[in-house]
Amino acid sequence: MKYGPETIGVSLAAFLALLGAAFSGDDLFAAHMWVAFFTLAAGAILLLRQVSFAPAGGKTEDENGYMDGPVRYGTIATVFWGVVGFLVGIVVALQLAYPDLNIEPWFNFGRMRPLHTSAVIFAFGGNALIATSFYVVQRTSRARLWGGNLAWFVFWGYQFFIIMAATGYLLGITDSREYAEPEWYVDLFLTVVWVAYLLVFLGTILIRKEPHIYVANWFYLSFIVTIAMLHVVNNLAVPVGFLDAKSYSLFAGVQDALTQWWYGHNAVGFFLTAGFLGMMYYFVPKQAERPVYSYRLSIVHFWSLIFLYIWAGPHHLHYTALPDWAQTLGMVFSIMLWMPSWGGMINGLMTLSGAWDKLRTDPIIRMMVMAIAFYGMSTFEGPVMSIKAVNSLSHYTDWTIGHVHSGALGWVGMISFGAIYFLVPKLWNRERLYSLRLVTWHFWLATLGIVVYAAVMWVSGIQQGLMWREYDDQGFLVYSFAESVAAMHPYYVMRVLGGVLYLIGALIMAYNITMTILGYSREEQPIGQAAPAAQPAE
Amino acid sequence: MDYHTMREFADSWMLLAMTVFFIGVVIFAFRPGSKKHADNAAQIPLKDD
Amino acid sequence: MGIMDKHAAIERNATLLLAGSLVVVSIGGIVEIAPLFYLENTIEKVEGMRPYSPLELAGRNIYIREGCYVCHSQMIRPFRDEVERYGHYSLAAESMYDHPFQWGSKRTGPDLARVGDRYSNDWHVQHLIEPRSVVPESIMPSYAFLASSPLETDDISAHLVANQRVGVPYTEEMVENAKADLLAQADPDADWSGVEMRYPKAKFGDFDGDPNALTEMDALVAYLQMLGTLVDFSTYDETAAQR
Repeated sequence: MKYGPETIGVSLAAFLALLGAAFSGDDLFAAHMWVAFFTLAAGAILLLRQVSFAPAGGKTEDENGYMDGPVRYGTIATVFWGVVGFLVGIVVALQLAYPDLNIEPWFNFGRMRPLHTSAVIFAFGGNALIATSFYVVQRTSRARLWGGNLAWFVFWGYQFFIIMAATGYLLGITDSREYAEPEWYVDLFLTVVWVAYLLVFLGTILIRKEPHIYVANWFYLSFIVTIAMLHVVNNLAVPVGFLDAKSYSLFAGVQDALTQWWYGHNAVGFFLTAGFLGMMYYFVPKQAERPVYSYRLSIVHFWSLIFLYIWAGPHHLHYTALPDWAQTLGMVFSIMLWMPSWGGMINGLMTLSGAWDKLRTDPIIRMMVMAIAFYGMSTFEGPVMSIKAVNSLSHYTDWTIGHVHSGALGWVGMISFGAIYFLVPKLWNRERLYSLRLVTWHFWLATLGIVVYAAVMWVSGIQQGLMWREYDDQGFLVYSFAESVAAMHPYYVMRVLGGVLYLIGALIMAYNITMTILGYSREEQPIGQAAPAAQPAE
Repeated sequence: MDYHTMREFADSWMLLAMTVFFIGVVIFAFRPGSKKHADNAAQIPLKDD
Repeated sequence: MGIMDKHAAIERNATLLLAGSLVVVSIGGIVEIAPLFYLENTIEKVEGMRPYSPLELAGRNIYIREGCYVCHSQMIRPFRDEVERYGHYSLAAESMYDHPFQWGSKRTGPDLARVGDRYSNDWHVQHLIEPRSVVPESIMPSYAFLASSPLETDDISAHLVANQRVGVPYTEEMVENAKADLLAQADPDADWSGVEMRYPKAKFGDFDGDPNALTEMDALVAYLQMLGTLVDFSTYDETAAQR
């Protein structure tokens, strides 16, 4: 019986959620368990409709021997959650410009902002990482994914985590640890999914037919294992009750703050950097059709990056009550981090040496190169902002927000788009994308959007920081806090414009991808070639 | 061991040890003998899939 | 096998690669985080810190639930402008019972580390219901629903117990009286002596302007009104606490 155990497992989980909803004394927990129940019940029904009682066997595998089902689903999920995450981003940006757009209690900014950050980091970025890592590890190991349907559990389990996290935020279930807001029971579930992910990935490497483990897999592996460590330690907490949503973190005050930012910065370092560098080390050589510039540089890049990144967390706590020695250590390592980051950037960019003409003819390569350029830019800006003197101005302001977005929209977004454009024709056996011209449109809209966003936030952040510390001749503060808020309004409106451009680009991608999957291909003139001579009418 | 002895150690011997280790890693990675090996590994994604 | 072959072994052995990465990424965290737990000068010696009263704790949980930390920091840095704007710079000791910490990372709104006693209860209630009626430039959302949401009080002792388990020095007496203390603190007519003894400097009375109902607004305002008011800076020796 196909999907038999799976159906039983999901139904059982749905039943448990129902019990949780029935017996909980905590209204929020009960509401959240209802969400879990309906999601799982819908999943069980969908599974039931697919249950087949035919004997096992039949043709279920891909012809090439690789397990690409979860990769296909993951690619679609990436595009879907990307659009959702960008859209929520625009909504929260509008709420800051026009506060009447807050709809209490569920859609107030305080609940929507974690929804945006988690949607783009974990739903969009996480799906991109899971899908591409499953694709890359199979190709570079020449082995099918280990663990059979475990890969499907990873995919669906991760989507369920996203739904629980997102609905939890809107209900007001949060532990207030930035980028790790889900409460204890959702964290526990994610741990299970993540361990399964590690098993599938590591298992595939262990059964590989290629003697060498390709460097992209190192980055993916270190990302998976480090995130596991960070996630578990940062979320250590004691729940109020077994059927209660609320928990109290194990650490307090200064220790809690450093643990959280040790996690927070390495969510950037390992989730948004190491994982996506794995993507870069596979998809850039593939799309450019030439090996990585220096494989030996990538080895140094790997070890120095993972060693240095983990120290950088305290730069989020400059001039706070964290002891000075820890702040200084964080600053020193953040500045050193500039070197391996640029080593990686050079390695990625120089992979194109001798093939620079592709920049003109191949919009996918152009996208990847722009991603690496933004990687270089934000890994330069980051060390600058970690210098205590700079940080005293930039901290608490929009400058930080601008910095994050040039990294997230520029590096993470663009490299993911590039990988998706590469993957989709391969995964669905299409000769090419529906339209390369639309990729060009996406490229320019996204680039313009990022530039607008980052520039606006840069100006607003610095202005904010300067207004807060401005004194007049008599030695009084010139501006009240409220005046600095009012001064931000035009920037907050312009920021929305940057986000809208980026979203339109993503929507064009969604359309392009959908048409490619459906099997259409647009008749268009190839990029970079002279227009064909006009033909006389027949 | 209090804060100051740790700080002194970190600023001197530990710093030296880490620098030496890092230089060793770089020399090791770029040693002449590893070139062929690395070039082979770099070809992995480009083999047929 | 020579040292030169060692990395080749790592490149071919997934378990070694996994273990190696884990060791390398553990070093930084251990060196930075572990000393904070045993270096005795990490947290200053101050007078006046105490665990949150049950009502304040309930308010703090609403503060967390609504994501206030997304826009408001609770960490005043030792700069002239911040000290003039918000008060004495924040000490590590002031968040020693904060599970989790609420230092924040962004000031879309002002710092709240010492907002206690700065405004009246009425101002806070009006500001939470309609922020722009008291601060025209404000971009804060409205939290009017708090004034009509009854405060959940039945499980408050379980919250104190959970805090006990993570190291907050709540006594058995505090746990036993948790619900009674919570109700008394927000009741203008109650006998406050027990609460005052257990939680010195606590603020009493009706917080939300409606003495007949105990709402989430009561709890949140009670929390905001105690922020930064506990430490007695007249007895705080700055030079002794220098790190």
